[in-house]
Amino acid sequence: MSTLARPGSAARSKRFTEAVTGYLFLSPWLFIFFTFIVFSLGWAVYLSFTRYNLLRPPEWWGLEGYQRVLTDDLFLEKALPNTFKYVLVVVPLQTIVSLVLAFAMDQQLRFRRVFRTIFYLPSVTSSVVISLIFIWLFAAQGVVNQIIGISYDWLGEVGTAFYIIMGMNIFTTSGTLMLIFLAGLQDIAPAIYEAASIDGASKLQQFLFVTIPMLRPVIFFVVTVGVIGCFQVFDQLYVMTRGGPLDSTTTVTYLIYKWAFQDTTIKMGQASALAIILTLIILAVTLLQRRVIEGSGAAAD
Amino acid sequence: MATLARRTPTAGSGEGLYAVWERFKNPIFYAVLIGWALLCLAPLYFTLVFSLKPVENAYTPPLWWPTPFTLKNYETVLTSFALFPRWLTNSVIIGVVTTALRVLFCAMAGYAFARLDFPLKGFLFNAMLVSMMMPGVVTLIPKFLIIGPGVIKGGLELGGLTIPTGFNLINRLEGVILPHMVDAFGVFMMTQFYKSFPKELEEAAEMDGTGRFGTFFRIVLPISQTQLLTLALLTFQGEWNRFMEPLLILRTPENFTLPIGLQWFRGEYYTLYSVILAGSLFNTLPILVLFFAFQKYFIRSVATSGSKEG
Repeated sequence: MSTLARPGSAARSKRFTEAVTGYLFLSPWLFIFFTFIVFSLGWAVYLSFTRYNLLRPPEWWGLEGYQRVLTDDLFLEKALPNTFKYVLVVVPLQTIVSLVLAFAMDQQLRFRRVFRTIFYLPSVTSSVVISLIFIWLFAAQGVVNQIIGISYDWLGEVGTAFYIIMGMNIFTTSGTLMLIFLAGLQDIAPAIYEAASIDGASKLQQFLFVTIPMLRPVIFFVVTVGVIGCFQVFDQLYVMTRGGPLDSTTTVTYLIYKWAFQDTTIKMGQASALAIILTLIILAVTLLQRRVIEGSGAAAD
Repeated sequence: MATLARRTPTAGSGEGLYAVWERFKNPIFYAVLIGWALLCLAPLYFTLVFSLKPVENAYTPPLWWPTPFTLKNYETVLTSFALFPRWLTNSVIIGVVTTALRVLFCAMAGYAFARLDFPLKGFLFNAMLVSMMMPGVVTLIPKFLIIGPGVIKGGLELGGLTIPTGFNLINRLEGVILPHMVDAFGVFMMTQFYKSFPKELEEAAEMDGTGRFGTFFRIVLPISQTQLLTLALLTFQGEWNRFMEPLLILRTPENFTLPIGLQWFRGEYYTLYSVILAGSLFNTLPILVLFFAFQKYFIRSVATSGSKEG
């Protein structure tokens, strides 16, 4: 009866019902989001200012954890340079390889679908399984050495272990990234290529001056995802080398794992400080890379 | 060679080289593609070949063919080593349950963001987008504490009550499932999908007096099958292959997933590499079968993950 008296209240109660329904639909995500993202992030920041070994409650430590990270030899001399080396080698190469593969798959080819399927295969295999296969392929008496006729412990030597892992990861990500690029390529109107070829542009020129500029947003995405992923590389290092030989494959994420979960004296506070530092590095690199790609765009236009 | 000489009389000059290139660029192009294709097939091929050879021959020629041939490694995997079937079961449980929950919860949240109006909607949506760019390693330690012993050991004391601050799910499959039963990317994907989706059907249903929940479960979910399948495949592949979290959470061999079990097995019995190779095929094969059965959706799922920025 009162709804008749106040015409606004029916609409208001409908809005209220909709808001309640909305939050009900959202509740599983909200719960996970607040527990494992918002609260976890806050707690990670808090832990980074403490000393914490799981046995006793966290003890306030101020900046001591950060100071210890920034004076730690394993971090400064191995983990940090290795991580940057990994990102600088893997991100450009995986981007170029997958872009070239995608460009090839965008041409009029025989057996194009067969090629595309085969090229995606390395990305189907899990990181652990491909690592186990590569350990065996590159073992001293493994298949690779049998083919080239030498006996060399690729993963046991400081000079090669890290590069084998880098090469393997470029190889395994190329399939996924190829498909992302291919979706972007198929959005480029054929008329643009036709115009370019009437103007006498060769395939290579079309690739350099039509494809790459048109794909800039997709390239930005692939590079960003690549940077964020490569800074956190872990699975392959854990399975293949455990950070060795002589810490030559220890990266920042591996070091976080080592401090927080593996060392005999657990250092969760210090590991959290390192995780915060890594996040800031990733943020800075992503912003820098955005400026570079947008800057090059402005120059090209 | 004769035709080549006839067609390029000035083979030394720049123009001659160009003619040679014109003549051979297609074969070269195909040769490179075939080379890369062989490289992509090689790990799988060698895995198959050597998994069909006896353990003693794991490092010996012939490389290209399984002689001497044996099925012993598969027998070890499936019958004599009891942990392998356990790992397979655990992986299936985690993969299927996580996928089912995530598809449902992402669809629900995506529908709410796309169709319903509620306070703080814009803010929450933007917060979700930001969280997609956050590196996962930063929350690794708190996540482990929340799933396991709790952020405060023994719980939070509040006026005589002790409130637990963790789920106490260490060494349980639920501990691996819980944090991944919904994720920002899936919600985002479903939101975009429902936004581009005509409203008429839902409105018709509401006219008939079906409530929001009825509309969602009886009309919206069935209509979005294709998109849900795409999300399901993406999720299943990710969870099937997940490594770091299960490594931290699952502690005893009978609770391992297949990837954790395989790498543990290698540590314990590193001489049995042929068995590891045979076991590893059980990890790759299901995804491969799914990939061939649903290739279109797989390609779509990867493509959508790329278009969120582009």
